[in-house]
Amino acid sequence: MPNSNSIIAENVVKHFGDIKALDGVSIAAETGKVLGLLGPNGAGKTTLVRILTTLLKPDSGVVSVGGLDVLRQKQRVREIIGLAGQYAAVDEILTGRENLVMVGRLYHMSRRAAKQRAAELLAQFALTEAADRSVKTYSGGMRRRLDLAASMVARPNILFLDEPTTGLDARARIAMWDTIRELVSDGTTLLLTTQYLEEADELADQIVVIDHGRVIAEGTADQLKANMAADFIDITVSNPQQTAQASQLLQPLSDESPHTDEQRGHVSIAVESGAQSIAEVVRLLDAQSVSIAELNLRRPSLNDVFLSITGHEIVEEESKPKRRGFGRRRSA
Amino acid sequence: MTLNTASVAAGPGANEISIFQRFLWNFTDTFVVMRRNLYAYQRQPELLVFATIQPVIFLLLFTYVFGGAISFSTGGDYINFLLPGIIIQTILFASANTTVGLSVDLSKGIIDRFRSLPMSRAAVLAGRTSADTLRGLFTVLIMIAAGYIIGFRFENWGAGLLGLALAVAFGYAVTWISATIGLFVKDPEAAQVAGFIWLFPLTFASSIFVPTRTMTAEWLRTFAENQPVSVVANTVRDLMTGTVNPDEIVISLLWIAGIVAVFLPMAVWRYARVSSR
Repeated sequence: MPNSNSIIAENVVKHFGDIKALDGVSIAAETGKVLGLLGPNGAGKTTLVRILTTLLKPDSGVVSVGGLDVLRQKQRVREIIGLAGQYAAVDEILTGRENLVMVGRLYHMSRRAAKQRAAELLAQFALTEAADRSVKTYSGGMRRRLDLAASMVARPNILFLDEPTTGLDARARIAMWDTIRELVSDGTTLLLTTQYLEEADELADQIVVIDHGRVIAEGTADQLKANMAADFIDITVSNPQQTAQASQLLQPLSDESPHTDEQRGHVSIAVESGAQSIAEVVRLLDAQSVSIAELNLRRPSLNDVFLSITGHEIVEEESKPKRRGFGRRRSA
Repeated sequence: MTLNTASVAAGPGANEISIFQRFLWNFTDTFVVMRRNLYAYQRQPELLVFATIQPVIFLLLFTYVFGGAISFSTGGDYINFLLPGIIIQTILFASANTTVGLSVDLSKGIIDRFRSLPMSRAAVLAGRTSADTLRGLFTVLIMIAAGYIIGFRFENWGAGLLGLALAVAFGYAVTWISATIGLFVKDPEAAQVAGFIWLFPLTFASSIFVPTRTMTAEWLRTFAENQPVSVVANTVRDLMTGTVNPDEIVISLLWIAGIVAVFLPMAVWRYARVSSR
């Protein structure tokens, strides 16, 4: 199916009791491309993935994967998809190899084919050395790789990765990005959910921003940034106590109110044209003896995009403790 | 060309698979999952050891502590009355493991992995119930060996083994009740309690430890005489002590079939809807 959409959701609604998890979400992932579903915890990303992968029934809406109706042809959908991430898991007591062989057998491969495929995947995901150890002994990154390997057993053309790097440290995250890039390089369609803007920016061809069960923006990373039609000027004042003053002085330069971090003395303003405004910034602050420690002109990041659409930062959303440690909350 | 046969086999062309093949997959998938569950027992032998020691301790305690008092009402050697009963008790309690095992799987998300695979819908449950039944059988064999050491004897080996088979079949049926409970409870710690709690009245208000005619309250006696645990325990006891009563065997088999007929579909229905969150 060239030039078509491998994953389609139209107007999907799902309630959990009184809570509206999905409020009429529509997305389409082009065949062979990576669609990034970006949003904070509780936005409805996982619910949508669960619906698309046959694990959950929507209240209403149309969902199709690989041209199959997900609600009517569940078993056939399961034959062509792979799922990994937060909720799809591996068995802790089995070894890595046993896990993969088991999954292969459950795809109804012969014993030999399942063993051979397991060996290939273990090598591909750099798990050969740990292959015959119980998964209990694996690190977080190794578990994620095994989980990803398990989703690749039947060489699916359509892959769902639900927050594949949540909970991983920076090094493991970047290694995971490389792995994912390699996986999709052969034309696999990927739906990737993430709460990391950087991750969507790095991996996704198209991004759908979702918050409170609704799609609030979509496009390529560049389009989302371009829609803001603005540059950002980041200023750090030498004396953090002057942050508020600086913010007030710079207000006239921007349509939006500047974002500030009083502890660090950061002020960030969105301007029509960075090059023209930068001299103005220096003049305004200098006139009132607010001394500048650092001044940067930059294009908007996805974080700015999210902030301007939703009014809140993506990482500050309330989180479920189960999914995220306390460490990140403190740093947020 | 990197397109390979595996992706074609797993692709949309796979809808040509016959109904017969899909039917067979129920069994092969069950076998794969059962092996996965048995690995868990094999790799955590302490689980198996304690699961075996506990009923043996029960057997010794009941025989030597209560045996003297109870043998007045059982007539003859209490061990011959007790062992068949305690085999049923052991098998019932082993089924609580099905509740706990399923709830643990649910809480860890491996059930989502299984549910996203094109495998038989009953296999995850049947793989669990059959593994737990095998574990129950293992424990029972050790108990029979322990019983032999302290004086238990099969009157007739053929009938005795038939009794054993009936006990295991009953245990298998009960694991489907436990599976259903596990899928409703979901939380592993709650499952620890929920898996056992309903077994106590069924075990003690039965003919497992004492003859039901010694129970003084009439309502209790009526319940105890007619509930499936007593029916099966009496049949197993008769078989193990050499009495073959075909009527009894048929009623026991009907109970077993009835339990499976109700709880297997209920568990499978629940499994298709359960969410691990």
